[in-house]
Amino acid sequence: MSWSAAPWLSLLTLTPAVGGLVVLLAPLSPRRAAAFSKAVAALTLLGTLGVLAGFDRGAAGFQLVEQRAWAPQLGMTYFLGVDGLSVLLLPLAAGLTLWALALSGRWLKESRAYGALILLLEAGLMGSFTALNFFHWFLFWELSLAPAFFLIKLWGEGDRHGAAAQFFLYTMAGSVAMLVAFLALFGAAGSFDFPSLAEAARKGGWAPLLERGLRLPAGAGPAAAMALCLAVWLGFAVKIPIAPFHTWLPAAYVAAPTPVTILLTGAMSKMGVYGLARVWLGVFPVEAAQAAPWLLVVAVFSVVISAAAAVAQKDMKRMFAYSSVNHLGYCALALTAVAAASGRAGAEVSRQAAWSGFILQMVNHGITAGALFGFLALFEARTGCRRGLDEFGGLRRAAPVFCGLMGISAFASMGLPGLNGFVGEFLIFRGVFGLAPWAAAVSLTGLLLTAVFLLTMMQRVFHGPLRAEWRGFSDLSARERLAMAPAIAAMFALGLWPNLALMWCNQTVARLAEGAEKILTSML
Amino acid sequence: MEFWAHWLWLIPFPPLAAAGALALTSRRRRRRAAVLAVGAMGASAALAFGAFASAAAHWGERAAVGFPWLQFGSRAFYLGWVLDPLSAAMTLMVAVVGLAIFIYSLGYMAEDENFVRFFCFLSLFAAAMLGLVIANSLLLLFICWELVGLTSYLLIGFWYQRPAAAAAAKKAFITTRVGDLGFLLGLVWLANESGSLLFYNGGRGCLEPQTVALLGARGAGIGGLSAAAAIGLLLFCGAVGKSGQLPLHVWLPDAMEGPTPVSALIHAATMVAAGVFLMARVYPLFGSEGASLVPHAMVWVGALTALCGALIAVAQTDIKRILAYSTISQLGYMFLGLGAGGVAVGMFHLTTHAFFKALLFLGAGSVIHACHGEQDIRRMGGVGRFAKVTFAAYAVGAMALAGVPVLFAGFWSKDAILHAAHHWRPSSLPFWLGVSGAVLTAFYMTRQLAYVFFGTYRGEGEPHESPPVMTRPLVFLALMAVFLGFVGTPALDAFGGFLSGERPRFELGALWEGGALQTMGLSTLAVALGFGLGWLLYGGARAAALGAMDPLERLWPGGYRALQNRLYVDEFYGVTVIWAQEAFSKLCAWMDEWIWGGLVAAWSAAAVAFAWLSRLIEEYAINAGFDAGCGGLRRGGRRAASFQDGKLQHYLRGIGVGFAVLALFLLWGR
Repeated sequence: MSWSAAPWLSLLTLTPAVGGLVVLLAPLSPRRAAAFSKAVAALTLLGTLGVLAGFDRGAAGFQLVEQRAWAPQLGMTYFLGVDGLSVLLLPLAAGLTLWALALSGRWLKESRAYGALILLLEAGLMGSFTALNFFHWFLFWELSLAPAFFLIKLWGEGDRHGAAAQFFLYTMAGSVAMLVAFLALFGAAGSFDFPSLAEAARKGGWAPLLERGLRLPAGAGPAAAMALCLAVWLGFAVKIPIAPFHTWLPAAYVAAPTPVTILLTGAMSKMGVYGLARVWLGVFPVEAAQAAPWLLVVAVFSVVISAAAAVAQKDMKRMFAYSSVNHLGYCALALTAVAAASGRAGAEVSRQAAWSGFILQMVNHGITAGALFGFLALFEARTGCRRGLDEFGGLRRAAPVFCGLMGISAFASMGLPGLNGFVGEFLIFRGVFGLAPWAAAVSLTGLLLTAVFLLTMMQRVFHGPLRAEWRGFSDLSARERLAMAPAIAAMFALGLWPNLALMWCNQTVARLAEGAEKILTSML
Repeated sequence: MEFWAHWLWLIPFPPLAAAGALALTSRRRRRRAAVLAVGAMGASAALAFGAFASAAAHWGERAAVGFPWLQFGSRAFYLGWVLDPLSAAMTLMVAVVGLAIFIYSLGYMAEDENFVRFFCFLSLFAAAMLGLVIANSLLLLFICWELVGLTSYLLIGFWYQRPAAAAAAKKAFITTRVGDLGFLLGLVWLANESGSLLFYNGGRGCLEPQTVALLGARGAGIGGLSAAAAIGLLLFCGAVGKSGQLPLHVWLPDAMEGPTPVSALIHAATMVAAGVFLMARVYPLFGSEGASLVPHAMVWVGALTALCGALIAVAQTDIKRILAYSTISQLGYMFLGLGAGGVAVGMFHLTTHAFFKALLFLGAGSVIHACHGEQDIRRMGGVGRFAKVTFAAYAVGAMALAGVPVLFAGFWSKDAILHAAHHWRPSSLPFWLGVSGAVLTAFYMTRQLAYVFFGTYRGEGEPHESPPVMTRPLVFLALMAVFLGFVGTPALDAFGGFLSGERPRFELGALWEGGALQTMGLSTLAVALGFGLGWLLYGGARAAALGAMDPLERLWPGGYRALQNRLYVDEFYGVTVIWAQEAFSKLCAWMDEWIWGGLVAAWSAAAVAFAWLSRLIEEYAINAGFDAGCGGLRRGGRRAASFQDGKLQHYLRGIGVGFAVLALFLLWGR
């Protein structure tokens, strides 16, 4: 077997899956288990970098494809592949996993199941980012849910049982809606492969297929197709989440151990965002275009309302949680605007900008939100989990490097040029303006409110006179600086030289911008 | 010229590199930081001289560079720099004023424990500001625009332990960001309409005639505006925020919480003028018929701000706040000049103002230094006797600002603005607003001079002169505040000629042609009136007694109080915009908990209720029957089990009975 024909993507999923099971079942001491978990995560990260190295930037379609029959009668094939839309998510997820493990010393010491669950979560991420068959994809989509549930429930704080249950059930409800929809599509098209589904619906949408395949009464097709489209959308809207389907998020993010929150927001939310593009828009190009003008209102609403809610928060972790909803809202905004104008002539530049911004924003949010929560983890370790906005003051005096680097992350989150947040948001606004000007204009409010709450946070916590009780707040140790350095470096690197990320997806973006029906069909 | 344009990025590079190096330098290495920062700024200034000389040698020419930076799909956004008269003049001004202020800061900040950090931020500012002025791409300009905003935030809040400084920094960032969002929207709109954000790109740039005509002819889809007008108005929003124009001026006075060199460099000479520069840079966009609305907006906003700023300055008592309102007012003049008279008029006042206002701020810093950190002019007095160089330099700055005829730069530049406003067709009101502003300018400067330098000293301790490292930049700036005016007189308009590309000729006759002399006479009268009134009220020992009422307050208490409270604009925003924003945030958080969260809770409650219902049905309907059946079985089983009691005689009896039954069955059963 030659180098390039090796099943790289399968290995990428299998490594953390097997590693996780080993950690869980083998009788290792917690210290050994922790080291082993980190080694597996590092190996996976290396694997994703290997995938990048083997990725042909000049090609638009799926690469490193693995396709084998599995249970053809049931429409199941073993079908993997990456393109410019997904390839960057692999190193992002692997990097965040390793990073979360590096910040998890406290919990890793406690139990080896913690590390095992994180690795299983990573396997779920890798699987769902590479799968091109619904059955396979759905398996990993659900697989990632269980470890997250137990991580919150077992090692969380506060109302962790309630938060974990709500998180699991809410996401599950979305998944069930999605599952039912895809069973219907299977009934109509006889396949679970995403590209085949997209190909089937490419011309006239799902309405005629459903009428024929499910023997619906004549005329019921369009309504059925729209219902399925919205059901799938709902599944992703809960996962991302898009307001108002986000209420599980603040509770779950706050209850979870902060390194787990890094994974939830940095990587797991991307499953939803990526799925919205690949699966929802890819499989329902026609129906999505019809629904998009309405969903655009929802996306704008999500951007504005979550930023405003963040302003009212008194707990830093809750504030960052709402900020996350806001930032992912920009992704949803870009994608929905593209869906609304997927075939409009003359808007191709705008679509390219929106798609590029969409991909870049996924990566940037992973880095920036991950960094903010990472600093919060270090913060909590110093304050005994206190993080109320009004409990601090003047910390910059006690810990200038800590506050400086966390401040850089906050400014990246605000979209300051020179740091990574700006390029993604700028491209999104450029694209959305060309497709739906009013949506871009209204969403700008989100940028303003983001500045309001992040600057308020810095004013209350970092500035002002240093409170006596925090005089002992220690600055970043050399080890902690080393742990945070990659994120800060990535913020500068992507902010100054965005091509570092965009070069992987330019070809794919050019193809995607031709129309939503290209997301899956023309990629093979 | 091509050569200089190509290497133009080297001008902002030294301060940028210095900022990067200083960010990693220990706070104990003060000497190294000083050498690095001032050396880098010196290098920038030298290069800026070179670029300026090259632009002057190629009078009226332009050389531009562009390169793709942000590639998305098959397209790209370009960055680049341009060497033309506008960028050459502005770069030189920024670098020279910057260098003077850097040197001054060595003395002013000598005692500060975060000396290194200060020069790091200041260098970053200088780099971003120089990048802003050489930009050949609206995107690069925006990037630098945001970065100067960041450094402004960092430096206003430099003494972050003071709550007032931390609050002022946040206020500055957020208020300017309100305008910046307009800028950003205008930027993406321009990119969408013209397809290019490069200003000059061999005929395809967005400021070149082809695109300008296209944008002027295309409708914006809102209220009959042309695209050019809509984009221009949005960009003007950004300028209004950055340059502290009504109604977004509220952040600038608060920004005086920063160290005084910062107030001089960022909040007087350069950054706040970036708004004026932006509008000057994109001025060609308004060349078409459809975009004339934008200059009109500049004239009205500028004239109103010029008057309001001067009015409020009259009743302030903090030496730096007086100057801050004066800056707001002067920036208003620049917009008035830009809108009514074009690029050269606005830019000339920008340049002279940068020097004399930097001079005033540095002088104020020297006074504050002399009075041991005191900033309230009521607690000063007689400082002129103790600090002679500072006094002389400050007086020159004040006269330049007031526009004392002939000898001072401010006279010529302000006169050009008033002249242009006088000839502005649509209305004569802006002209009269400008003239009233000129009276007030002379008035509040007289009041300040009287309070600070004349009379007896009312503060604590003994005032003293500042060290030479601080006074020498003052002398240099004072010289500039005098001589710079002569490059832009009506008789020999070298500055205007340089910007427009025409060769200036010396014509003494131009001084009394086209009503030039009348305007000059009127503005001289205005200055005299302002000085006279000021001296009448505050001259001599009238302002002497500590704790006494301000003479103007005695004269007109209601008006004075309103002006002292900044016309209640901050309070008005507090009960409207800020209140609305907070209420909206609370509403969103409330909805989150009770509506969106409530719906989910209701769903889950419904699910739980359904589960209970199922359980009840199960238990009492289904299970009860099942249980009854089970009970019967159990009883049957128990009875059956009782046969199996392990007693042999019972079993034998059973077997016997069985046999008997079997025998009977076999015998008769068939």
